Amino acid sequence: MVNYLFATEEQKELANEARKILEKELKPRIDELDEANGGLGGYPMDVHMKLVEAGFYGAYIPQEWGGLGLDPVTLGVIYEEMGKIDSGFAFSFAGSGCEFPKILKTSMPDEEKQKWADKIINEGAMGSFNLTEANAGSDAAAIRTTATFDEATNEWVINGTKCFCSNAPTASYFICIAWTDKTKRASEGVTAFFVEKERGVQIGKQERKMGLHLAGTSDVIYDNVRVPADHVIGQVGKGFAEALGGIKGAGALVNCCSSLGMAQSAYDQAVEYAKTRRQFGKRIIDFQAVGFMLADMETKIEAARALMYESLVCARDGVDSKHVDMMIKQFITDTVMQVCEDAVQVAGGYGYMKDYPFERYMRNAKIYQIFGGTNQIKRKNLMKVIAGKDPEAVRK
Amino acid sequence: MKMLVCVKQVPDTTEIKIDPVKNTLIRDGVPSILNPFDGYALEAAARIKDADPSSTITVLSMGPEQAKAVLKESLAIAADKAYLVSGREFGGSDTLCTSYIISEAIKEIEKTEGKFDIIFCGKQAIDGDTAQVGPGIAEHLDYPQVTYGLEASVEDGLVKVKKETEDGVQVIGIQTPCVLTFTKPSFDPRYPTIKRKMAANRANIPVLAFADLVDLDPNKIGLKNSPTRVKKTFVPQKKTGGMKIAEETVEDSAKKLFTLLSDSHVI
Repeated sequence: MVNYLFATEEQKELANEARKILEKELKPRIDELDEANGGLGGYPMDVHMKLVEAGFYGAYIPQEWGGLGLDPVTLGVIYEEMGKIDSGFAFSFAGSGCEFPKILKTSMPDEEKQKWADKIINEGAMGSFNLTEANAGSDAAAIRTTATFDEATNEWVINGTKCFCSNAPTASYFICIAWTDKTKRASEGVTAFFVEKERGVQIGKQERKMGLHLAGTSDVIYDNVRVPADHVIGQVGKGFAEALGGIKGAGALVNCCSSLGMAQSAYDQAVEYAKTRRQFGKRIIDFQAVGFMLADMETKIEAARALMYESLVCARDGVDSKHVDMMIKQFITDTVMQVCEDAVQVAGGYGYMKDYPFERYMRNAKIYQIFGGTNQIKRKNLMKVIAGKDPEAVRK
Repeated sequence: MKMLVCVKQVPDTTEIKIDPVKNTLIRDGVPSILNPFDGYALEAAARIKDADPSSTITVLSMGPEQAKAVLKESLAIAADKAYLVSGREFGGSDTLCTSYIISEAIKEIEKTEGKFDIIFCGKQAIDGDTAQVGPGIAEHLDYPQVTYGLEASVEDGLVKVKKETEDGVQVIGIQTPCVLTFTKPSFDPRYPTIKRKMAANRANIPVLAFADLVDLDPNKIGLKNSPTRVKKTFVPQKKTGGMKIAEETVEDSAKKLFTLLSDSHVI
């Protein structure tokens, strides 16, 4: 059931269809997939392809490029519903499919761009965004990957190792951020590149993670990988500005919708459990200690959802939502973590056991507070905007 | 090939609960779905269209205005056009009258769409379970029929149907025009695509009312002209599920049976 109160009938229908596919194709296998490959997990490509065939992948791609041009709100309703089945899968599906606007920003010929639009929409070609490195997390400018220009061949030569790359194990193309001029500041010297896998991109070991096992994560190694000059995304030296802007509302869509769907699912099942479980002769939901927790969980979810869709409506309607966009990630994902943790608490000992999904929700929830910019960095950014520049500051 | 698929909107019987006091089915709040067997028939038609994209698929349903939902779903899955037959005059029709009305509707639609080569039906609807309407349509139209189909293909103008039998599978060639009814195949029907779903939501579905079926004999339709009546509905007693013992050898099966009987203190 779609929870967003302002969803149109068509949005509900599309989201319910996506959930129906996942309920049939994915739900019965989640535990098995979560523990597959010796606990590494893995992204189920067969399920991915079912959704591709049904037209859900790259559905935001504009109609002139063969897509459906779905707006951010519709995508949000769909991804939230998918997140209710498995947030890791929904995160990967949404995240790996949202890079086409970056391909459009290259100066590759239109035929080449069309080929990639077709590959995404019809073949489900996945993308992986590669920024983080071993010593460059929140401090993104500390990356060591470089790209040097070879004038003889008119190509960029990329060298470096990226880590914690979501979707890399199953990706067909990569968005790589590299220094192109170390004599300049990061905002002038870092460039974003579109790199096809067959250009020699190597996939490193798959990471063993606490949760989100259905989303593959690994190192990506660029060892003298050559890409033509037209593979630069936007302008040379403007990598941070160009590459961080994806599809409209991407921040909310990829991290927030999938995780909020999971929180809703955790809450729904916690309520069901609390209505069934009896102690001291009554339902545990009738004890205020438990009932209040559930009341808070629902309230927080609704507040997070309101913020999320406000951001998506702004993205759809072209309304400036700078402040809201800077709030959503930390507010929603902190909420998700709290709700998923509380759901374990409501279910007590059973919540801690793998027979119930609560422990998986809690393991999955944690990463949302970390990736895509830690919630601390997000607060720092918002703080800087609120505070503005101190006109009387004395530089020491 | 010009194909027509008959579909019915049915309550999702997997969601139906039984009123413990009245012993009747509680239909309130039960979602309506496309009859699964009709879905298999639609998939069979879609596979013929996959092989020959010049083929067309029209879907037809009889029922109230709400039945348009399953027509839209069929459009989202594979159909090109949809028609609904609807009218109070048709209410209470049994399977004989229903199949007559549908056969007359088919003739009426053919006046605009041209003659259909194959009429597809599910083998039965999951709410009534009669399995009579498909064969009834074939009889009213005087077409040959194959029932319990699993798959169909067209080779040199001849329709080749895999038919499920008690012993296995028969492959039957049948000339067009014909009626085929379908049961559950080994493959899953395709999902609707969102592109088709969005188009289906905007599709105009013509409704054929009593007055539109000009050649229809009013003495052959409705409750009072139905030769059969439902005398009683009841919930059959639940049987507990059995188990199959099929070990590698007969001796192993016998041993397992002995252990099971012994463990449950039967022997």
